[in-house]
Amino acid sequence: MIALRDLWRTYHVGDSDVHAMRDVTLEIAKGDYLAVMGPSGSGKSTLLNILGCLDRPTSGSYTFNGRDVGEISDTDRTKLRQTEIGFVFQFFHLLPRLTAQGNVELPMLFAGVARAERRRRALDALEAVGLTDRVHHRPDQLSGGQCQRVAIARAVVMEPGLLLADEPTGNLDRAAAVEVMELLDAMNADGQTVVLVTHDPEVGARARSAVRMDDGEIVERR
Amino acid sequence: MALGELIAFAVGALRGHRLRTVLSVAGVAVGIAAVIALTALGEGARRYVVQEFSSLGSNLLIVLPGKVETTGMMPFGGTVHDLTIDDYKAVANRIPEVLRAAPLATGEETLRFGGKARSVPVIGTTRELVEVRRLRIGAGQFLPPGDPDRGGAEIVLGVKVAQELFGAESPLGRVVRLGEWRFRVVGVLEPRGRSLGFDFDDLVFVPVRTSMRIFNRSTLFRILVELPEDGDLEAGKEAVIDLLAERHRAEDVTVITQDAVVNTLDSILGVLTLALAAIASVSLTVAGVGIMNVMLVAVSERRHEIGLLKALGASTTQILAVFITEAAVLSTFGGLVGLGAGWAAIVAFVQVYPTFPAATPVWAVVASLVMSMVVGIFFGVVPARRAAHLDPVEALVGR
Repeated sequence: MIALRDLWRTYHVGDSDVHAMRDVTLEIAKGDYLAVMGPSGSGKSTLLNILGCLDRPTSGSYTFNGRDVGEISDTDRTKLRQTEIGFVFQFFHLLPRLTAQGNVELPMLFAGVARAERRRRALDALEAVGLTDRVHHRPDQLSGGQCQRVAIARAVVMEPGLLLADEPTGNLDRAAAVEVMELLDAMNADGQTVVLVTHDPEVGARARSAVRMDDGEIVERR
Repeated sequence: MALGELIAFAVGALRGHRLRTVLSVAGVAVGIAAVIALTALGEGARRYVVQEFSSLGSNLLIVLPGKVETTGMMPFGGTVHDLTIDDYKAVANRIPEVLRAAPLATGEETLRFGGKARSVPVIGTTRELVEVRRLRIGAGQFLPPGDPDRGGAEIVLGVKVAQELFGAESPLGRVVRLGEWRFRVVGVLEPRGRSLGFDFDDLVFVPVRTSMRIFNRSTLFRILVELPEDGDLEAGKEAVIDLLAERHRAEDVTVITQDAVVNTLDSILGVLTLALAAIASVSLTVAGVGIMNVMLVAVSERRHEIGLLKALGASTTQILAVFITEAAVLSTFGGLVGLGAGWAAIVAFVQVYPTFPAATPVWAVVASLVMSMVVGIFFGVVPARRAAHLDPVEALVGR
């Protein structure tokens, strides 16, 4: 499904070049559950941004479902993010002025899904994450774990091929973290491809496979 | 993304920052209210003047001595003849198109009765002025009919003059002094207000011959000529000019039709109204810059939101549309509020000055709404472009 080959991502900082990713080669099959581990600054967030088409590699190739994503136009990358990629962030990034339902509807709003269908699919997605009774609550009325579950519902509502989670438990207490991880496990069990960035070994251990990054390189694979 | 959904999204975002929204709405509202109120006043002035002159009757000619056209070199030195009472008689009697005519001779003199004195404009005229100017007599009657060369000693008072000099007492039959001359009051006008540049309540009428003697004038100030309602204005005008040209052996009078006066004033005051609108629009530009400022702050404050929307698959165009819509909604709402405020100001103004026909012209309402929307879109473009081109990776960093 996804193949990264000889991928480099280089930033120019002042006069010197900083390599956030060095020669990364990685394959992710459909239905995989991959954890990307490593200390902060090791390049795992950069990897996630490239996988999510938010960032472009400096060199190397990235194929998504057989398409070379490094070469396609911004419009096509936007389309890909809209339909094929779901994001979950450490700080949830819910819009505080919208209800849980409104937040889950957001990706469909920009995809041009009709109002009635948006509502139906948002309610379904919130039911799937166990928040049927919190549909009309705003983020400030929800706990951290509930917020992250809303964010997960939002990430999967477009039925993307790939779900990317950047430290999804990094801002949660232990109980809420377990809840969120069980949710991600269950989604993967239903066939959802999940790539997870974390530096929590316990979280990483739940994934079926894992890579460890250091200084922009993959130094260990499991 | 449909327009309705864009607007709903924009309204949601604006409601999240109430104080800021209220302030920028107020900025636009002040600008629009100024446009509305000032154009209403300008339009009121225009209507007032046009009404005033239209009430003269559109079948009126005004003859004045002297030619106000530039016609190159004048033969025979270009002497301007006086406009005499004989000219008036000729115009009134020898032109079949003329229904009736009244002469006007003017001056200013002190009117005395008992211990009171008052300086008043004096109009020398004839009985015909009543019909020509549609005057209403409150008490007694107007100047006696007859030969305009007869210099009688009758006087008719404007209502204000009568009140000032006589109070509640009836002035009819009393003798007043106008300068060195003695007059007997034969009538008082009904309240009339201003017309033709005179305050009809604050002047007096005497026979035309008498007034020319008092003021030692040889020429009339004006001759007012009334044509039949269905008469041919241009033909009447030609006839008057021809007759006077023949009498003076040169074309040395000017004949103004009511239409010409009204049209000229109408267009002058129309331009004035536009100028007022333009001045008021300056404040709209200021409001526009305010909106730009607010939107720029919103863009940097909502970096995360913009990054998120991009990550969720919102295109550059959609982000652009979201922020421009937000600015347009802001300014259009301000426009509506300003429209209400301006309208309320005009209503209040009319309460205080009921005679002034202040009214906001429809074009000003439409233009100010369109203008407020355009201001929002125009000043929203820069912040929206900044939002649309934000790098999502950087925008999403941090909390």
